[in-house]
Amino acid sequence: MKAAITSTGNSMDSKMDKRFGRCAYFVIYDTESDGFEFIPNTGKHTPEGAGPAAAQLVAARGVNKVISGEFGIKIKSLLDRLNIQMIVLKETEKTINQIVEMLNHK
Amino acid sequence: MSPRPKRLRKISNPPVISGFKPYGGKSTDIGKDTVFLEYEEYEAIRLCDFERLNQFEASHIMNVSRPTLTRIYSKARGKMAEALVLGKQLVIEGGKIYFDSEWYSCKSCSCFFNNPDKEVEPEECPLCKSKDISICEDFEYEEEESFPDNIDLCVCPVCGYEKPHSLGTPCRKEICPECQHHLIRKESQHYKNPMNESSNNKYRKQHGQ
Repeated sequence: MKAAITSTGNSMDSKMDKRFGRCAYFVIYDTESDGFEFIPNTGKHTPEGAGPAAAQLVAARGVNKVISGEFGIKIKSLLDRLNIQMIVLKETEKTINQIVEMLNHK
Repeated sequence: MSPRPKRLRKISNPPVISGFKPYGGKSTDIGKDTVFLEYEEYEAIRLCDFERLNQFEASHIMNVSRPTLTRIYSKARGKMAEALVLGKQLVIEGGKIYFDSEWYSCKSCSCFFNNPDKEVEPEECPLCKSKDISICEDFEYEEEESFPDNIDLCVCPVCGYEKPHSLGTPCRKEICPECQHHLIRKESQHYKNPMNESSNNKYRKQHGQ
């Protein structure tokens, strides 16, 4: 199973980005192979439609879960249709490492 | 007088197929015409005939009134009969709908999550596997109190008014209090290179700049 986490930087110690469409990086974490992939968010500075573009980006990677601090109004229905689970984490001080540990239930 | 706008109908899951094609029949015209069954009509058929709910229950699930549900349902029956009797293709598309799933909150890691697999109730938090979860009614993206490091700004392309961007609201939906213009994202290309943008040239012409 794959999960996408929005990240402010491209290292495991960077904090989670609380925005979905305009985050700096997406971390694609594969729980089975324990593999990571950092994807820079190309749509970060687009005037509008950053959210749907980002949703397509993560959906193309075949993720089942997206973890972020907030999802915009355009994204919610889109991800609902794509059957991708949204997880809203209000504790925005967590690092990517901590979230991955939570996902692994260590 | 314009009619009252239609209420959004709630659809729990999109249909697994996008339509039906007839087969057999002697005439070559078979299957040339198409009947468009709307998503809301599909949902009404699914709830009333497949889930065997009564119309009152179905109307609550779809978030419309009982008489409206009856109207949607009878339209759906009419269209299905038309496709069946006249040998028309049935295509499921359109309708004034939205997809929705239930939202849950986890007490142990204080996260919110939705349930894309609407048929099965979740038992544990997808993040921390805690069983201490509860369904939250009317989940809304509450406005966060403050984002100290939120550097995103919405800016007015005409007078330069700036305000911090509020998450989840497109900048275009924000209106400048000074000159009633739609705001745009500050770091966007539209704002950086105003001369290259046709939309901004339009603003300039309108305002004689």
